[in-house]
Order: sequence, then structure tokens, then C-alpha cells
Amino acid sequence: MKLGFLVDLNLCMGCKGCEIACKVENEVPLSSWRLRVKYVDVGTFPDTKRTYTPLRCNHCADAPCERICPVSALHYLDNGIVNVDKERCIGCAGCVMACPYGAIYIDPETNTADKCTYCAHRVSGGLMPSCVVACPVEANIFGDLEDTESNISRYIMQHQGNVQVRKPEKGTHPHHFYVGGGEIQLNPLASLRQEGHNLFNNITHLKHVGGHH
Amino acid sequence: MAHETIEAMNAVVTLDVALPGIVWPWLVTMNMWAKSIGTGVLFLGYFMFRYYGNENSVKEMKLPIAILSFTFLSMFLLFTLADLHQPFRMWHIFFYPHWTSPITVGAVIASVLMGLVSMLVVAAYLKRDDIFEKAWMPTLILAIPVTLYTATLMGMSTARELWQVPVELVQMMLAALLSGAATMLLFGHKFSFEVNRMLAIVLGASAAAGFTIYMGEYVFGPFKAEEVAATLAYIKGDGEYTAMFWIGQVIAFVIPMVLTYLGVTNKNRILLLPAAISALVGLWIVKHVWLMIPQLLPMS
Repeated sequence: MKLGFLVDLNLCMGCKGCEIACKVENEVPLSSWRLRVKYVDVGTFPDTKRTYTPLRCNHCADAPCERICPVSALHYLDNGIVNVDKERCIGCAGCVMACPYGAIYIDPETNTADKCTYCAHRVSGGLMPSCVVACPVEANIFGDLEDTESNISRYIMQHQGNVQVRKPEKGTHPHHFYVGGGEIQLNPLASLRQEGHNLFNNITHLKHVGGHH
Repeated sequence: MAHETIEAMNAVVTLDVALPGIVWPWLVTMNMWAKSIGTGVLFLGYFMFRYYGNENSVKEMKLPIAILSFTFLSMFLLFTLADLHQPFRMWHIFFYPHWTSPITVGAVIASVLMGLVSMLVVAAYLKRDDIFEKAWMPTLILAIPVTLYTATLMGMSTARELWQVPVELVQMMLAALLSGAATMLLFGHKFSFEVNRMLAIVLGASAAAGFTIYMGEYVFGPFKAEEVAATLAYIKGDGEYTAMFWIGQVIAFVIPMVLTYLGVTNKNRILLLPAAISALVGLWIVKHVWLMIPQLLPMS
């Protein structure tokens, strides 16, 4: 079994329901996100459009975070999930630096690495990840990539030629796919980040407990 | 590709708040800087003992070199520990080692090196040349991977394309030679001019080679990958680190190159002292800028 994720960006409407469900399910602290929805505005007024891209750990088949972790705190589960053992993590932040997707952060409450685990605790009990359950338009599709009859496998088959991964050139072989995405959504360098153009400019960050940041 | 997309689409990120920011702060700069000195003095000690071992002033450097190496390697390990968010779990590295990680390999070889350097200190203090000689070569050999392993760690930082393993390996070795020669030149008044000349040539040549590589990256780096171009933008024009980058290049490389050249050609040892101080200060700045700028790049 190799679990994977697919987001149909044609369906996503940026409600952030997945983000909230993830935060609640995994008790993600303020100022930290395991999953977030990036908004990118495209075009010039009045011809403008807002795009929404849910971003989470890609659970790569060749995960740089797993490779660089000195204590195997980041490790593979048999179902392909890249999991985090927060009790073992020493907080070197090597994984944060190694991840080409910016999907890992240092939890300000535990001072250890944290990221999306595809809700491994729910999956092991036969449940879907909380973000999948919360999505009102079923834009999040989750399942076994090795099972040709699974929803995700069939969706990938149906949308051949329009299925992308982020930064394929990095050779990480993500188990997280997008349908209907383009450069704007998937390449962070394809859009500008201008000061004063954020919807929320004054984001409060928690101080790390006992940390040096 | 990305640049053309921006022009055509006028795409602006209006909400993406989870950029991790600076994850490896100045503590990691201190780590690399202290490590360069700690292993660099061993390398320069080798040259001195090998080619000028008959001079009494050089023979007397066994204890100072061992103490300098011990001190700066201790600093390196201390800052490594201080940079951990969970420093009291450091022991996990030795009890749950993951050998694909340069952090694990580095921690083990650096610990062994510290043991050997400690032995050198004791042997030199007790004037036990027999023990010193036996421990010297293994120490020297182990100092090479300890110098280099940080480059592989940086190279494994996928998407921080500015850090490429082969180039960073060379830069790490050059930094060690530069800082080792500079540190030894601080004791230059003890040595003959010939020894000073050798140290000055190593310092000047390391500075020239280091400067050439940085300039090569600066000019030709953007042709490699769009991430490199975006990263180098932070040290170009009115970039966040432009001033610091150029100050570092001048202090670490240009001033030492000029002063060592003048010092050697005019046989003027006095010029070598400011060259050494300049190189040591500048190296910290150069390392810091190179560590910071890839971390400013948005990954998502």
C-alpha cells in the first residue's frame, strides 16, 4: 500500500475548511500550519482572478527530510506516509532546510519538527484524513496509489496529462498530486510576494518555549 | 520561465503565511567559522612541522596549536548544541543514528576528533613527543572530513540550489586554510620570515581562490537554476544582504590578498597581522551571508 493525495484545484474554492480541520485534529499551535491554502491573485483589474492551492507535506518517495534526519525522527510507515516521532526529534531543523516544499516547521510548543502526516493516526484506524472529511467540494482525494480501483488511482487515470506534482525536477517523487494546477499555483517563484499585499499583514508568531528564536 | 509568468500573469501572493523564515541563525555561522579555525590550525600546523620543523619557534607551537584547535572545536560543538531546539536530546544522535544524515556522521567524527585533539593537548603539555607523533596523523586525517561534512549537509538542502556540494566542499577547505593561516600569523612575531612567508602565501592564495569562486557564483550562478537567480537577488542591487556581502568579500578576501602580497614582496611582516585579522573577521561575514540568503527564498 502506498497512500497518496490529490487535490483538484478546479474544485477548490479556498474556504480553508481543510486548514481548520487539520489544526483542530492535530492541535497545531497558533502561527504554525501543517496544511494551508495559498492565495495567489492573477491578472490586472478588472480582469482578475484568485487561485487557491492547498499545500501540505508531499510524502515523497525519496524524501530529503527523511534522508537528512540524524535520528530517524522522520521515518517511513509501511503505507508510504512520512511520519514524525516528536519524542525522538532533537530539533536540528535539518528537515526544515531539506524540504523543497517548505512543508516542515518547528513546533513552537514542543520545539520539535512537525508536519502533515496524512493524519496517520486516523488512517491507521480506517478513517480518512480530517482535511478530506472537511472539504465541502471533495477537492481532496486520498487513497492507495497501488490499488488501481482506488478513488485516487481512477482520478489520476481520468485526468492523464493534467496531473502535476510540485518541483518534479528535485527528484523527490512526491505522493501528492494536483489536477488543474499551473506555474502560478505550483511554482513559488512564479508569483510576486509584495509587502502590504497580504490579506492579513499582522500575523502573530508564538515565541518558542525555551528555544533560541 | 517563472519570470515570464510573473510578467504575463501579474501574479501576486495575497495569502501564504507559513514561510519558515531563518531556520539556521547566526549560531550556525559561528559553528562553521569556529570549525574552520579549529581544523585550519591543524592543517597549517602540518605544513609548519613538515617544512620548518627544525626551527625552535615552530617546535614550540605544538601546545599552542593543540590548545587553539581544542578551543575552537569546542566552540564549534557548543554552537552546534546551542542551535538545537532540543539540546538535551543530543544523545539521540549516538543512540538512534541515521547514517544517511551528514549530521550523524559529522557528530561522530567530530567527537572522535575532539578526543584526538584532547590527546594532543595532554601529550604536548606533558612534552610526550612520542604520543603526540602517534596521534598527529590520525588527527590530521580526521580533520579533513570534519572540515568538509557541513558542505554535504548544505548540499542535501534540496531547493536551496545556491549550495552545491562540490563547490561548498572546496569553499569549506579554503575557509579552513584561510582561517588556519590567519590564526597562525597572529603568532607571526615568533617565527622566521620564511615561516611567515609560507603562512602569508597560503592565506593570500586561499583568499584569491575563495574570492574567485564567490564571484563565479555571483556572475554565473543565475544561469544554473531559477532558485539560484532568485537567491542571488538578495545580494544584488538593493538586496537585503548586498552591503553585507560586499563588505565580507572585501574584508575576507580583497584586503588579505593585497596585504599579503605587499607583505611578502616587501618582506614586511607587520602588514601580515592586519591581513590575518581582516581575514578572520571577514570570513564570519562571508559565511553568514551565504548561510542566510538561501533561507529567504520562498519554498511554497
